[in-house]
Amino acid sequence: MPTLTTNLTGWGRYPTYSCELERPERYVDLSSSVHSQIARGQGRSYGDAALNENAYVLLTERVNRLLELDVQRGILRSEAGVTLADILEVIVPKGWFLPVTPGTKFVSLGGCVAADVHGKNHHHEGSFGDHVISIELILADGSQLLCSSTENSALFWATVGGMGLTGIIGEVTLKLTPIQSGYVKVQNHTAENLGQMFSLMQDAMIDDRYSVAWIDSMASGSLLGRGVVMCGHHAVEDELSNNFHSTNIPKINRSIPFDCPSWMLNSSSVSMFNALYYKRESGKREPFISSYDSFFYPLDTIGQWNRMYGKRGFVQYQCVVPDSLAFEGITLLLQKLSASRRPSFLAVLKRLGAEGRGMLSFPIAGYTLALDLPIRDEGLFVLLNELDEIVLRYGGRVYLAKDARLSADSFCSMYPRYDEWLKIKQRIDPENKFSSSLSRRLSINEGTR
Amino acid sequence: MSDAVLILGATSAIARATAVAFAARGDTLYLASRDEDELRRISADLRLRFGIEVHFGLFDAEATETHEAFFKSVIAIMPTISGVVLAFGYLGDQVLARDFSVGKKVIAINFTGAVSILSICANYLELLQHGFIIGIASVAGDRGRQSNYVYGAAKGALSLYLQGLSNRLYARGVRVITIKPGFVDTAMTYGLPGLFLVASPQYLGERIVGSLGKSADVVYLPWFWRYIMLIIKCIPEPIFKRMKL
Repeated sequence: MPTLTTNLTGWGRYPTYSCELERPERYVDLSSSVHSQIARGQGRSYGDAALNENAYVLLTERVNRLLELDVQRGILRSEAGVTLADILEVIVPKGWFLPVTPGTKFVSLGGCVAADVHGKNHHHEGSFGDHVISIELILADGSQLLCSSTENSALFWATVGGMGLTGIIGEVTLKLTPIQSGYVKVQNHTAENLGQMFSLMQDAMIDDRYSVAWIDSMASGSLLGRGVVMCGHHAVEDELSNNFHSTNIPKINRSIPFDCPSWMLNSSSVSMFNALYYKRESGKREPFISSYDSFFYPLDTIGQWNRMYGKRGFVQYQCVVPDSLAFEGITLLLQKLSASRRPSFLAVLKRLGAEGRGMLSFPIAGYTLALDLPIRDEGLFVLLNELDEIVLRYGGRVYLAKDARLSADSFCSMYPRYDEWLKIKQRIDPENKFSSSLSRRLSINEGTR
Repeated sequence: MSDAVLILGATSAIARATAVAFAARGDTLYLASRDEDELRRISADLRLRFGIEVHFGLFDAEATETHEAFFKSVIAIMPTISGVVLAFGYLGDQVLARDFSVGKKVIAINFTGAVSILSICANYLELLQHGFIIGIASVAGDRGRQSNYVYGAAKGALSLYLQGLSNRLYARGVRVITIKPGFVDTAMTYGLPGLFLVASPQYLGERIVGSLGKSADVVYLPWFWRYIMLIIKCIPEPIFKRMKL
């Protein structure tokens, strides 16, 4: 297969590595013979998960055919290179929705399995892998193997959340969720500080199928953790007035066409934005109807928003702190961040439900905090190491799909099922054909030291 | 009114994008190529995304003796056929193509195979007295260059054939359009050095189908290739042969 040598980054635009790209167009060409390769769908993991320095990256974007849709039972079989956006375009008009969706629809189906992504409904419906009926995995020897929770189940749960390191995910069969409309009924709740934020998020009366909190990361002192909890559910017929009977959705109309200068996002501009956003969102006291796009994918309407952070890119730091000590842990993390005066344009807090079965899956019962942090200087990495220490102390972990800088030791401590995973990896891929810059950084094939 | 279109060589990226553009109009499609697995996948995808009727069948451009029977089977399944897109092609390795055993295959697919199946399609549409044939040739057929002259010769011959066919079928109400793509971002060109102004397959697909609504019979895609090729064709031979193109 022809290759293209190019400098490649993840969505965070850090780090940059020279990689050899292969871009198959036929399904059979997914099984390429080259050594050291990693599949890459839409390149929406933030760090180095879909990079492979001086080695091969297999682009799956053209192997993206929808294969089967059972409209009665809501079961979709598709090639893994397809985007969630493409899937939604087909399934929403037929009354179905994705069972779990991350905050962008411009990700590949295979990527959702490999990172075992979660959405705003994890506390009710688990992560993406919980809704995958089966996958067809292309192994190191080129053979295809059907894996599900009943067939080759160990390999299945090593692949769900396995960051593409067990093989190439060729096809995915997914259980969809029924909806009555393409709209979401949303209710915002304002929290003036973190204490209020936690009590809102724990309140069963307020909770809804989907919930997510935006936090003003620049607020400190008595306002630390202030923000807005946004709850919603798929609107049913009765909740819609006549104005909302179309499934028409707004298309992308804005884009960031250039790299913003790095001074643009500084602590005062972000503070100002946050204050305005807080005012706007907390002003929405009545429930309102939103399109599924603007509820689930607010940032997708701004193409290439990652360029906002300038040429040097940014790191998204997403961690989870287990339930019992979550308030304490998140407080410490936010205090540390706020004291550092590093602006985080985006700070999101979400509840996660019980731990799933994916051996390297991120979610555990608790609260997850996600921060977008532009790279200005090396000091950021010092701060993030300090955040790691807090997360470790509280028994939490960092999300590999977002990560660009975690140490191998921290990874081992954070993922207790890693040894179990490694046994399967070494059995199924003894020559470590599937590897990535992330897997080498985390010494993922070397075991616990 | 929607058409029923046969796409020959339906598994290439340009053909797939063209099928998508026809599907978006609600047309019925028959996809043909040598690769049954890919045909099944692409057909399923088009049905799901566009809710259209899609058939597929095996077709080998090189096996000209099978073309009659193949076309009969298309008519049997899709009797309303009104359009044909010839999208198959084979670039081959130019260095290897210096050896006739390799060059022969380039000609057999791009020219001989194309003429074989198009003759059958043309005769059918001529009787029907309406419809269209779209042939995908190449800018490589406009002037012989050392880097791909066997492929260029075959595609250039195809262009001439399509031109003649257009002339013959005009009076019978059948439109014949020659598409001359420049560089397109497909598996054929992926990673090749020295490419510029590369167009996406989606752009090609939309413009190929869009050409039916326009008057030009020879369409360069993207449009500026008409002028690039005009300049290239104007270079005097004594200079041209000294250039490394």
